[in-house]
Parts: sequence; C-alpha cells; structure tokens
Amino acid sequence: MKVEQISIFLENKAGRLAEVTRVLSEAGINIRALSLADTSDFGILRLIVNDTELAKKVLKENGFTVGKTQVVAVEVEDRPGGLYKILDILRAANINVEYMYAFVQQSGNNAVIIFRFDNTDEAIKILLENGVKIIEGEKLYRM
Amino acid sequence: MIYNMEFETLPREALEAIQLRRLKQTVERVYATVPFYRKQFDKAGVRPDDIRTLDDLRRLPFTTKQDLRDNYPFGLFAVPMENVVRIHASSGTTGKPTVVGYTARDIQTWAELMARALSAAGATRGDIIHNAYGYGLFTGGLGVHYGAEKLGASVIPISGGNTKRQIMIMKDFGATVLTCTPSYALHLAEVAMEMGVDPKTLKLKVGVFGAEPWSEKMREEIEQKLYLTAIDIYGLSEIIGPGVSVECIEAKKGLHIFEDHFIPEIIDPETGKNLGPGEVGELVITTITKEAFPVIRYRTRDITYLNPEPCICGRTHIRMGRVTGRSDDMLIIRGVNVFPSQIESVLMEIDEVEPHYQLIVDREGNLDILTVLVEVGEHAFSDEVRKLQELERKIEKNIKEYLGVSAKVKLVEPKTIARSEGKAQRVIDKRKI
Repeated sequence: MKVEQISIFLENKAGRLAEVTRVLSEAGINIRALSLADTSDFGILRLIVNDTELAKKVLKENGFTVGKTQVVAVEVEDRPGGLYKILDILRAANINVEYMYAFVQQSGNNAVIIFRFDNTDEAIKILLENGVKIIEGEKLYRM
Repeated sequence: MIYNMEFETLPREALEAIQLRRLKQTVERVYATVPFYRKQFDKAGVRPDDIRTLDDLRRLPFTTKQDLRDNYPFGLFAVPMENVVRIHASSGTTGKPTVVGYTARDIQTWAELMARALSAAGATRGDIIHNAYGYGLFTGGLGVHYGAEKLGASVIPISGGNTKRQIMIMKDFGATVLTCTPSYALHLAEVAMEMGVDPKTLKLKVGVFGAEPWSEKMREEIEQKLYLTAIDIYGLSEIIGPGVSVECIEAKKGLHIFEDHFIPEIIDPETGKNLGPGEVGELVITTITKEAFPVIRYRTRDITYLNPEPCICGRTHIRMGRVTGRSDDMLIIRGVNVFPSQIESVLMEIDEVEPHYQLIVDREGNLDILTVLVEVGEHAFSDEVRKLQELERKIEKNIKEYLGVSAKVKLVEPKTIARSEGKAQRVIDKRKI
C-alpha cells in the first residue's frame, strides 16, 4: 500500500537541482512526482521515480545524500471538497500530515496526492476504513 | 602614571637580581610540592640548585596546556587547597577547562598588577571604570575589578551582554574608563549611535582592551568612534589573568611585561630554541611570585617579540609586541577561546552526525560570527525540513553549552568541505584584524 520516495539533501546554491536531474536523466530514470522543501540554507528534494533503487544508487555515486521514505498515494476526487474530505478523516483520527504534494498524473478522473504521515500504517488503515482509494507503489511508478 | 614607582622603574641589574632570587624560590618550591614538576625536572636531569643564573632557566622543561589538562583539575597546585581562596578556569581543547588557583596573596599580587596596568593606561583613583569583561570563571571581569578597586577607582561591574543597558549606564554614571574586548568596544560604539547616543557626549577618556588579538587599524577605529585613547592589555589565566603586560599611554608602543613577577622568553615554536630580542616567536612565561599556581616556562602559544629598549615612560620592564597570532589552532571568538577539536567533540557526541565540519569565522559589523558547516550524511538526513532544522539547533545548543560561544550551524552536502591531502581544512578565518 506504500509508495517509495527518495529524498535528496541539497545545499541552497546554484546548479544543485540541475545536477540531480542530470544524473537521473543519464541513468534513464523518469521522475513521476516531485516536491522541494527549502529553508534559507538547504533544501530537501523529494522524488517519486520509476526505479527507486537505481535512482538512489546513481545519486549516491554522485555524492548526494539520499534517503528513502515510505509515503502514501491517495486518490482524491477532483472537485471542490475532495481534499478536505480526506484531511477531515485524518484530523478526526488525529493523524498528522508531515507534508503532501500532488502527483503529476491523474488516476481516471481522480487527482493523486502523495502524503507523508508520522504514522503511515495507522493512516493507511484509517483511510481504507473510510473508503478512500490508495494506489499501490507498483501501479503508481508505471502510471 | 606609574603605580609602583619602586618596582616598575628598577634598574635592570636590581630587577634581574630580584628575578633570580624569586626564580630560585619558585623552582625549589615547585620541585618540592608539585609531583609533575619534580618528575619533569628529573627527566630533564636538572635540579633546583642548578639554577644559578637567569640563563639557567633555559635548562628547565616547558609546561604546555596539555600538561595542565593532564593534571586536571588541581594537580599542579603548589599549596594545600585550604590555602586556595579563588579558582578560575578557561576553556581547554577537549571540553575540560584549564583550572587555575589563587592564594589570598596571589589575589593581592593580581590586584596590584591590574592596578599598575590601569595606571599605565592613565586611569587614576578619580576614574569611573566601566568593566564590561565577563565576570565568572573567566579571569577578565574579576581581574580588572580587583585592580580597579586597588587603584581606588570606582568600578562598575557591568560584565558582558545587554549592550543597550550598558550604554545607558555608561552615560548616566559618567564612566571615564572602559574595559572590555576590542571588538565589544566597537560594538558598543555602534549600538550607541543606533540609540542616538553620540559617543562624543560620553565622558570616556581611555579604554583598556584585551583578551583577543587586534590591530593598529582597529585601535584607530576604536579611538575615532569612542573618542578615547585605546590601550592594549595582555594576560592569560594560566599565568594570572589580565595584567601580565600592558601598554603605557606615554608610548603606546609595546606592552610592558611586569618582570618583577614574570620572566618572558621568546622561542621558536618548532624547535623550542630561544630567540633573541626583536625576533618573532612564541611567548613563554615563567611566574616567579605566584603561590597557588606557579608555572615554569609556560608555552602561551601567542606569537610576538620582545623589545628591551628603554621606554619614554620610565618603566624599565621589557616590552612585548602586539600578539599577532597563535602557534596552535586556537581561535579567539568574542573573547572566548575555541579549539576546532572542541567542536569536533561536540559533533562526536551527536550520534547522527559525522565529524566532517569546517569553522568559518567572520566579523559582521564588529562582532565575530562563528559558522559551523557540518556535512549531512545518511544518518543525519531526513526527508523532513523540521528534523534537519532541529538537528542544527541541537548542534548549536551543544556548542553553546560546551564552549560558551554562540555559533550558527549550517548543514552542507557531503564531501563539500575541502579536504587537502586527505586532511580537511578545519578553519577559515575571514576576519581582517
């Protein structure tokens, strides 16, 4: 039920993001979704790619600090209140969202949002209980 | 003004006779009472009665900061603890401070030396001394304090920090003498201007600045901004604290070392060989009147030279040049001694981080800014910004607690800290002193 995401530590200086994309493109890796969190000093680039292990390997070889995290891809109805419905379920269950970002591709008529929870297993359980659709990693990487 | 006319203007011959007598007494005493010195002297094959002339001092082994550390905390004290009335400490290289003790007479000696120093700077009993050196384990605050009282001046024990309040008090109390680090003096000038207090309207006439290296250029700047005469003072806790040497206001050219209490030498830091007058090397000091914590040939690591030429002020005591650097990697940041190895120890104690770091010291405005770059390895890395920021705060907090100096921690990518010949360049000092 989980999706693997890689995260990369980036210093806040010119050309670092370009360097990541260069390394990935040379390894033939496709970026499926991304989000960048930044402070004045550094940034964290989070990526979902079609080949997590390979991406991690080539980035490490090129001197990047790379982490792997499990996130959850949730289908969200593409209409007003769609996201609210999901967040409200999580709020009621007292589950904290560390961060979230949108996936590029749609799943049918639904949008896909990537969630990082403090308690991933509990979040998945609650969402499923409430009839929310979660996309498997294998399916997502190929979407 | 010469505070102790008799001793500060002794003819060289008489001064050297006193030095020799006191040196012999000190050497005998440390040999009898401090196991460390007995062992060192035995190892060097020299006995107290071998010291017959001042030149024989060179036969004695050096004492280093490492020796002080090895005998932490009280191993080098030469008197029983019941005779020790005060303990001070300065930061050491590995977190353990260097501890020094004083008998009641040592405190008297120190007060006399600081009274001499303030007097040499032109202070008199009629002055109001704003003492912004830190009070506490650091010798700066209390050292100046006792000297000021001994001189009979009115001392304001303001200590460090709360700069705006300092300006107000300096103004309202009509301080005439300022004692602090030179960089803090400039900071005071700046804050005063920001507050709309023109330093011209203050009554300051002289400042006695020390505890960190500074330059002639900085002197000019301080004098222009604070409308006072800036005097350089030197000291270190291992010897006694502030008041080892001071410039006289008459010449402002070199710091008179109070030679009836200390014997200075200059050595080549590599070979340990003595250098002649005017030659630049490491300052080595032997104390000859200290009771609780005498030190024999202490390697200060400060780089300077000695000038034996007579001075226009009338003092016969030799002068040392401004300290221009260190023969080790110690940094002085806002008056606090910082060794890169201390930062390393802090990092080692934090599980997540690897000790790949670099210190960048700069001066923003007039204050030293220490930035610590730390490489982020996989252990430390998180996909959450909050966690990385928490890590930065944690390192900053530990550095502050451990070293007493504020630092800004900046996480950097791995392998970005330049490694020269396999050894990282640990310090980049951008300050132009």
